[in-house]
Amino acid sequence: MNLSALNTFSAYVIPVAVISIVVFGLIRRVPVFDTFLSGAKEGFSSAVSILPSLVGLIVAVSMLNASGALELLSHFLAPVTNALGFPAEVMPMAILRPISGSGSTAMLTQIFGSHGPDSFIGRVASVIMGSTETTFYAIAVYFAAVGIKKTRHAIPAALAADFTGYVMSVLTVNLFFPPS
Amino acid sequence: MMNFIWAFLLIVSFICAIVTGRMPQLSQAVMDGAENAVSLVIATMGMMCVWTGLMKIAEQGGLTALLAKLFSPIFRRLFPDYDKDSPAAKAICMNLTANLLGLGNAATPLGIAAMKEMQAARLDPSSHTANNSMVMFVVMNTASIQLIPTFMATLRAQYGSKAPFDLLPAIWIASIVSLLVGFIIAKLLQGRTHKECRSI
Repeated sequence: MNLSALNTFSAYVIPVAVISIVVFGLIRRVPVFDTFLSGAKEGFSSAVSILPSLVGLIVAVSMLNASGALELLSHFLAPVTNALGFPAEVMPMAILRPISGSGSTAMLTQIFGSHGPDSFIGRVASVIMGSTETTFYAIAVYFAAVGIKKTRHAIPAALAADFTGYVMSVLTVNLFFPPS
Repeated sequence: MMNFIWAFLLIVSFICAIVTGRMPQLSQAVMDGAENAVSLVIATMGMMCVWTGLMKIAEQGGLTALLAKLFSPIFRRLFPDYDKDSPAAKAICMNLTANLLGLGNAATPLGIAAMKEMQAARLDPSSHTANNSMVMFVVMNTASIQLIPTFMATLRAQYGSKAPFDLLPAIWIASIVSLLVGFIIAKLLQGRTHKECRSI
Protein backbone atom coordinates (compact mmCIF):
# COMPACT_ATOMS: atom_id res chain seq x y z
CA MET A 1 0.00 0.00 0.00
CA ASN A 2 1.20 3.48 -0.90
CA LEU A 3 2.39 5.10 2.32
CA SER A 4 1.86 8.71 1.26
CA ALA A 5 -1.70 7.94 0.19
CA LEU A 6 -2.22 6.39 3.61
CA ASN A 7 -0.83 9.51 5.28
CA THR A 8 -3.05 11.82 3.24
CA PHE A 9 -6.02 9.65 4.09
CA SER A 10 -5.21 9.65 7.79
CA ALA A 11 -4.77 13.44 7.76
CA TYR A 12 -8.37 13.76 6.59
CA VAL A 13 -9.95 11.45 9.18
CA ILE A 14 -10.24 13.87 12.09
CA PRO A 15 -11.13 17.11 10.25
CA VAL A 16 -13.76 15.34 8.14
CA ALA A 17 -15.26 13.67 11.21
CA VAL A 18 -15.38 16.99 13.12
CA ILE A 19 -16.94 18.97 10.28
CA SER A 20 -19.49 16.35 9.32
CA ILE A 21 -20.69 15.95 12.90
CA VAL A 22 -21.08 19.70 13.37
CA VAL A 23 -22.86 20.14 10.03
CA PHE A 24 -25.09 17.17 10.86
CA GLY A 25 -25.91 18.80 14.22
CA LEU A 26 -26.75 22.10 12.55
CA ILE A 27 -29.06 20.40 10.04
CA ARG A 28 -30.83 18.58 12.88
CA ARG A 29 -31.14 21.91 14.76
CA VAL A 30 -28.96 20.85 17.67
CA PRO A 31 -27.53 23.73 19.75
CA VAL A 32 -24.05 22.58 18.74
CA PHE A 33 -21.80 24.44 21.14
CA ASP A 34 -23.98 23.90 24.23
CA THR A 35 -24.25 20.21 23.39
CA PHE A 36 -20.52 20.01 22.77
CA LEU A 37 -19.91 21.45 26.24
CA SER A 38 -22.17 18.99 28.00
CA GLY A 39 -20.52 16.10 26.13
CA ALA A 40 -17.03 17.41 26.84
CA LYS A 41 -17.93 17.52 30.54
CA GLU A 42 -18.76 13.82 30.37
CA GLY A 43 -15.43 13.14 28.70
CA PHE A 44 -13.68 15.12 31.41
CA SER A 45 -15.33 13.20 34.22
CA SER A 46 -14.72 9.84 32.60
CA ALA A 47 -11.03 10.75 32.14
CA VAL A 48 -10.88 11.65 35.83
CA SER A 49 -12.68 8.47 36.83
CA ILE A 50 -10.17 6.20 35.04
CA LEU A 51 -7.22 7.97 36.72
CA PRO A 52 -7.11 5.86 39.93
CA SER A 53 -7.09 2.52 38.11
CA LEU A 54 -4.54 3.82 35.59
CA VAL A 55 -2.25 4.98 38.42
CA GLY A 56 -2.49 1.58 40.07
CA LEU A 57 -1.81 -0.36 36.90
CA ILE A 58 0.81 1.90 35.36
CA VAL A 59 2.74 1.74 38.64
CA ALA A 60 2.48 -2.05 38.56
CA VAL A 61 3.59 -2.29 34.93
CA SER A 62 6.46 0.19 35.46
CA MET A 63 7.63 -1.92 38.38
CA LEU A 64 7.33 -5.06 36.31
CA ASN A 65 9.47 -3.42 33.65
CA ALA A 66 12.05 -1.90 36.02
CA SER A 67 12.52 -5.19 37.86
CA GLY A 68 13.46 -6.91 34.62
CA ALA A 69 10.44 -9.25 34.86
CA LEU A 70 9.02 -8.13 31.51
CA GLU A 71 12.34 -8.65 29.78
CA LEU A 72 12.65 -12.06 31.37
CA LEU A 73 9.13 -13.02 30.33
CA SER A 74 9.70 -11.85 26.75
CA HIS A 75 12.95 -13.76 26.67
CA PHE A 76 11.17 -16.83 27.96
CA LEU A 77 8.29 -16.53 25.49
CA ALA A 78 10.43 -15.57 22.49
CA PRO A 79 11.01 -19.10 21.11
CA VAL A 80 7.27 -19.77 21.02
CA THR A 81 6.07 -16.37 19.83
CA ASN A 82 8.86 -15.95 17.28
CA ALA A 83 7.85 -19.24 15.69
CA LEU A 84 4.40 -17.70 15.23
CA GLY A 85 5.87 -14.39 14.01
CA PHE A 86 4.40 -12.60 17.01
CA PRO A 87 6.61 -10.10 18.89
CA ALA A 88 7.28 -11.46 22.39
CA GLU A 89 7.28 -7.90 23.79
CA VAL A 90 3.55 -7.59 23.03
CA MET A 91 2.67 -10.89 24.72
CA PRO A 92 2.17 -9.53 28.28
CA MET A 93 -0.27 -6.93 26.89
CA ALA A 94 -2.09 -9.57 24.86
CA ILE A 95 -2.53 -11.70 27.99
CA LEU A 96 -3.91 -8.77 29.99
CA ARG A 97 -6.10 -7.39 27.20
CA PRO A 98 -9.27 -9.48 27.70
CA ILE A 99 -9.13 -9.05 31.48
CA SER A 100 -8.38 -5.40 32.12
CA GLY A 101 -8.76 -2.29 29.98
CA SER A 102 -6.57 -0.12 32.21
CA GLY A 103 -4.02 -2.90 32.59
CA SER A 104 -3.60 -3.32 28.85
CA THR A 105 -3.49 0.47 28.40
CA ALA A 106 -0.67 0.56 30.95
CA MET A 107 1.15 -2.16 28.98
CA LEU A 108 0.57 -0.26 25.75
CA THR A 109 2.15 2.94 27.14
CA GLN A 110 5.05 0.81 28.34
CA ILE A 111 5.52 -0.55 24.80
CA PHE A 112 5.20 2.93 23.25
CA GLY A 113 7.76 4.25 25.74
CA SER A 114 10.34 1.51 25.08
CA HIS A 115 9.86 0.86 21.36
CA GLY A 116 7.97 3.88 19.99
CA PRO A 117 4.44 3.87 18.56
CA ASP A 118 5.65 3.69 14.95
CA SER A 119 7.86 0.64 15.44
CA PHE A 120 6.68 -2.80 14.33
CA ILE A 121 6.09 -3.76 17.97
CA GLY A 122 4.26 -0.49 18.69
CA ARG A 123 2.05 -0.91 15.65
CA VAL A 124 1.15 -4.51 16.41
CA ALA A 125 0.24 -3.49 19.96
CA SER A 126 -1.87 -0.60 18.62
CA VAL A 127 -3.80 -2.83 16.22
CA ILE A 128 -4.48 -5.33 19.01
CA MET A 129 -5.80 -2.55 21.26
CA GLY A 130 -7.93 -1.16 18.45
CA SER A 131 -9.40 -4.45 17.29
CA THR A 132 -10.19 -6.17 20.59
CA GLU A 133 -12.14 -5.32 23.74
CA THR A 134 -12.05 -6.09 27.45
CA THR A 135 -13.78 -9.42 26.76
CA PHE A 136 -14.36 -10.67 30.30
CA TYR A 137 -15.67 -7.32 31.45
CA ALA A 138 -18.29 -7.21 28.67
CA ILE A 139 -19.33 -10.81 29.31
CA ALA A 140 -19.67 -10.17 33.03
CA VAL A 141 -21.62 -6.93 32.66
CA TYR A 142 -24.11 -8.11 30.06
CA PHE A 143 -24.90 -11.55 31.44
CA ALA A 144 -25.04 -10.35 35.04
CA ALA A 145 -27.55 -7.65 34.03
CA VAL A 146 -30.15 -10.33 33.27
CA GLY A 147 -29.12 -12.95 35.81
CA ILE A 148 -27.59 -15.39 33.32
CA LYS A 149 -25.22 -17.81 35.01
CA LYS A 150 -24.59 -20.32 32.24
CA THR A 151 -22.91 -18.38 29.44
CA ARG A 152 -22.49 -21.52 27.27
CA HIS A 153 -20.20 -20.88 24.31
CA ALA A 154 -19.82 -17.11 24.83
CA ILE A 155 -16.33 -17.26 26.37
CA PRO A 156 -14.77 -19.68 23.83
CA ALA A 157 -16.23 -17.74 20.89
CA ALA A 158 -15.17 -14.35 22.30
CA LEU A 159 -11.65 -15.59 23.07
CA ALA A 160 -11.35 -17.09 19.60
CA ALA A 161 -12.19 -13.64 18.22
CA ASP A 162 -9.53 -12.04 20.45
CA PHE A 163 -6.94 -14.58 19.38
CA THR A 164 -7.79 -13.89 15.74
CA GLY A 165 -7.28 -10.18 16.44
CA TYR A 166 -3.77 -10.96 17.69
CA VAL A 167 -2.88 -13.00 14.63
CA MET A 168 -4.41 -10.41 12.30
CA SER A 169 -2.48 -7.57 13.96
CA VAL A 170 0.83 -9.05 12.80
CA LEU A 171 -0.51 -9.85 9.33
CA THR A 172 -2.08 -6.42 8.73
CA VAL A 173 0.93 -4.48 10.06
CA ASN A 174 3.17 -6.49 7.73
CA LEU A 175 0.75 -5.86 4.88
CA PHE A 176 0.47 -2.08 5.29
CA PHE A 177 3.97 -1.42 6.64
CA PRO A 178 6.20 -3.99 4.96
CA PRO A 179 9.56 -4.33 6.69
CA SER A 180 12.16 -2.69 4.45
CA MET B 1 -9.89 -11.18 39.59
CA MET B 2 -8.12 -7.81 39.30
CA ASN B 3 -7.25 -7.93 43.00
CA PHE B 4 -5.31 -11.09 42.38
CA ILE B 5 -3.67 -9.91 39.15
CA TRP B 6 -2.58 -6.57 40.57
CA ALA B 7 -1.04 -8.11 43.69
CA PHE B 8 0.60 -10.74 41.51
CA LEU B 9 2.25 -8.11 39.28
CA LEU B 10 3.60 -6.21 42.29
CA ILE B 11 4.94 -9.29 44.08
CA VAL B 12 6.56 -10.69 40.92
CA SER B 13 8.26 -7.31 40.35
CA PHE B 14 9.59 -7.26 43.90
CA ILE B 15 10.97 -10.78 43.77
CA CYS B 16 12.44 -10.21 40.32
CA ALA B 17 14.11 -6.98 41.47
CA ILE B 18 15.77 -8.84 44.35
CA VAL B 19 17.11 -11.47 41.96
CA THR B 20 18.31 -9.00 39.32
CA GLY B 21 19.52 -6.46 41.89
CA ARG B 22 17.41 -3.67 40.44
CA MET B 23 15.88 -2.42 43.67
CA PRO B 24 16.82 1.26 43.07
CA GLN B 25 15.15 1.15 39.64
CA LEU B 26 12.09 -0.51 41.16
CA SER B 27 11.84 2.22 43.75
CA GLN B 28 12.13 4.85 41.02
CA ALA B 29 9.50 3.03 38.94
CA VAL B 30 6.86 3.45 41.65
CA MET B 31 7.22 7.22 41.56
CA ASP B 32 7.68 7.46 37.79
CA GLY B 33 4.70 5.21 37.14
CA ALA B 34 2.40 7.29 39.32
CA GLU B 35 3.58 10.49 37.66
CA ASN B 36 3.29 9.02 34.16
CA ALA B 37 -0.28 7.90 34.80
CA VAL B 38 -1.32 11.41 35.75
CA SER B 39 0.48 13.10 32.87
CA LEU B 40 -1.00 10.54 30.49
CA VAL B 41 -4.54 11.29 31.64
CA ILE B 42 -3.92 15.03 31.42
CA ALA B 43 -2.43 14.66 27.95
CA THR B 44 -5.30 12.60 26.61
CA MET B 45 -8.07 14.40 28.49
CA GLY B 46 -8.36 17.25 25.98
CA MET B 47 -8.88 14.93 23.05
CA MET B 48 -11.33 12.83 25.04
CA CYS B 49 -13.36 15.97 25.81
CA VAL B 50 -13.35 17.03 22.16
CA TRP B 51 -14.50 13.61 21.05
CA THR B 52 -17.22 13.06 23.65
CA GLY B 53 -18.41 16.62 22.98
CA LEU B 54 -18.70 15.97 19.25
CA MET B 55 -20.34 12.62 19.83
CA LYS B 56 -22.90 14.29 22.06
CA ILE B 57 -23.84 16.52 19.12
CA ALA B 58 -24.17 13.43 16.89
CA GLU B 59 -26.31 11.69 19.50
CA GLN B 60 -28.57 14.69 20.08
CA GLY B 61 -29.05 14.99 16.35
CA GLY B 62 -30.29 11.41 16.32
CA LEU B 63 -27.32 9.91 14.49
CA THR B 64 -27.42 6.67 16.48
CA ALA B 65 -31.11 6.09 15.69
CA LEU B 66 -30.56 7.05 12.05
CA LEU B 67 -27.61 4.71 11.57
CA ALA B 68 -29.34 1.96 13.54
CA LYS B 69 -32.16 2.07 10.98
CA LEU B 70 -29.63 1.98 8.15
CA PHE B 71 -27.78 -1.01 9.57
CA SER B 72 -30.82 -2.94 10.72
CA PRO B 73 -31.05 -5.15 7.60
CA ILE B 74 -27.53 -6.43 8.34
CA PHE B 75 -27.97 -6.76 12.08
CA ARG B 76 -31.34 -8.47 11.67
CA ARG B 77 -29.79 -11.28 9.70
CA LEU B 78 -27.57 -12.05 12.66
CA PHE B 79 -30.49 -12.17 15.04
CA PRO B 80 -33.23 -13.97 13.10
CA ASP B 81 -35.16 -14.82 16.27
CA TYR B 82 -36.48 -11.29 16.62
CA ASP B 83 -39.02 -9.51 14.49
CA LYS B 84 -37.64 -6.30 12.99
CA ASP B 85 -40.03 -4.11 14.99
CA SER B 86 -39.54 -5.96 18.27
CA PRO B 87 -38.05 -4.00 21.18
CA ALA B 88 -35.18 -6.51 21.33
CA ALA B 89 -34.19 -5.93 17.69
CA LYS B 90 -34.29 -2.15 18.15
CA ALA B 91 -32.18 -2.25 21.30
CA ILE B 92 -29.65 -4.56 19.61
CA CYS B 93 -29.33 -2.18 16.63
CA MET B 94 -28.92 0.86 18.86
CA ASN B 95 -26.20 -0.81 20.93
CA LEU B 96 -24.22 -2.05 17.94
CA THR B 97 -24.42 1.37 16.28
CA ALA B 98 -23.23 3.09 19.46
CA ASN B 99 -20.29 0.65 19.47
CA LEU B 100 -19.44 1.50 15.87
CA LEU B 101 -19.37 5.18 16.76
CA GLY B 102 -17.24 4.49 19.83
CA LEU B 103 -19.88 5.78 22.24
CA GLY B 104 -18.71 3.63 25.15
CA ASN B 105 -20.79 5.49 27.72
CA ALA B 106 -23.97 5.11 25.69
CA ALA B 107 -23.33 1.60 24.37
CA THR B 108 -23.30 -0.18 27.72
CA PRO B 109 -26.77 0.92 28.93
CA LEU B 110 -28.17 0.22 25.44
CA GLY B 111 -26.58 -3.21 25.53
CA ILE B 112 -28.03 -3.98 28.95
CA ALA B 113 -31.43 -2.86 27.65
CA ALA B 114 -31.00 -5.23 24.68
CA MET B 115 -30.12 -8.13 27.01
CA LYS B 116 -33.21 -7.40 29.12
CA GLU B 117 -35.43 -7.37 26.02
CA MET B 118 -33.94 -10.63 24.84
CA GLN B 119 -34.49 -12.20 28.25
CA ALA B 120 -38.09 -10.93 28.39
CA ALA B 121 -38.82 -12.40 24.93
CA ARG B 122 -37.91 -15.93 26.01
CA LEU B 123 -40.35 -18.72 26.79
CA ASP B 124 -38.89 -18.82 30.28
CA PRO B 125 -37.78 -15.29 31.22
CA SER B 126 -36.36 -16.53 34.54
CA SER B 127 -33.86 -18.85 32.84
CA HIS B 128 -30.26 -18.66 33.99
CA THR B 129 -28.88 -20.07 30.75
CA ALA B 130 -27.94 -17.86 27.82
CA ASN B 131 -29.67 -18.46 24.49
CA ASN B 132 -27.95 -18.35 21.11
CA SER B 133 -28.92 -14.76 20.31
CA MET B 134 -27.61 -13.53 23.65
CA VAL B 135 -24.30 -15.27 23.11
CA MET B 136 -24.03 -13.81 19.60
CA PHE B 137 -24.83 -10.35 20.92
CA VAL B 138 -22.28 -10.51 23.72
CA VAL B 139 -19.61 -11.88 21.36
CA MET B 140 -20.24 -8.86 19.12
CA ASN B 141 -19.77 -6.62 22.13
CA THR B 142 -16.50 -8.30 23.12
CA ALA B 143 -15.06 -7.59 19.66
CA SER B 144 -14.14 -3.98 19.06
CA ILE B 145 -16.10 -2.58 16.12
CA GLN B 146 -15.28 1.06 16.81
CA LEU B 147 -14.68 2.90 13.52
CA ILE B 148 -12.31 5.54 14.86
CA PRO B 149 -10.36 4.47 17.96
CA THR B 150 -9.69 8.00 19.19
CA PHE B 151 -8.22 7.15 22.58
CA MET B 152 -5.65 4.87 21.01
CA ALA B 153 -4.75 7.46 18.36
CA THR B 154 -4.35 10.13 21.05
CA LEU B 155 -2.02 7.83 22.98
CA ARG B 156 0.03 7.22 19.85
CA ALA B 157 0.30 10.95 19.17
CA GLN B 158 1.30 11.48 22.79
CA TYR B 159 4.23 9.12 22.36
CA GLY B 160 5.44 10.87 19.22
CA SER B 161 3.72 8.95 16.42
CA LYS B 162 4.10 10.77 13.10
CA ALA B 163 0.74 9.59 11.80
CA PRO B 164 -1.39 8.33 14.69
CA PHE B 165 -4.24 7.38 12.35
CA ASP B 166 -2.27 5.52 9.69
CA LEU B 167 -3.21 2.24 11.35
CA LEU B 168 -6.94 2.62 10.72
CA PRO B 169 -7.14 0.28 7.69
CA ALA B 170 -5.09 -2.34 9.55
CA ILE B 171 -7.36 -2.03 12.58
CA TRP B 172 -10.51 -2.30 10.45
CA ILE B 173 -9.35 -5.45 8.72
CA ALA B 174 -8.21 -7.03 11.99
CA SER B 175 -11.55 -6.11 13.62
CA ILE B 176 -13.68 -7.50 10.80
CA VAL B 177 -11.77 -10.76 10.56
CA SER B 178 -11.82 -11.33 14.32
CA LEU B 179 -15.54 -10.53 14.44
CA LEU B 180 -16.19 -13.03 11.63
CA VAL B 181 -14.23 -15.71 13.47
CA GLY B 182 -16.25 -14.94 16.61
CA PHE B 183 -19.48 -15.46 14.62
CA ILE B 184 -18.35 -18.67 13.02
CA ILE B 185 -17.15 -20.18 16.28
CA ALA B 186 -20.37 -19.11 18.02
CA LYS B 187 -22.44 -20.69 15.22
CA LEU B 188 -20.38 -23.89 15.25
CA LEU B 189 -20.58 -24.29 19.01
CA GLN B 190 -24.23 -23.40 19.48
CA GLY B 191 -25.60 -26.55 17.88
CA ARG B 192 -23.64 -28.78 20.17
CA THR B 193 -25.11 -27.44 23.39
CA HIS B 194 -28.45 -28.41 24.90
CA LYS B 195 -31.41 -28.34 22.59
CA GLU B 196 -33.87 -26.43 24.75
CA CYS B 197 -31.64 -23.37 24.50
CA ARG B 198 -32.26 -23.10 20.82
CA SER B 199 -35.80 -21.82 21.23
CA ILE B 200 -35.99 -18.29 22.51
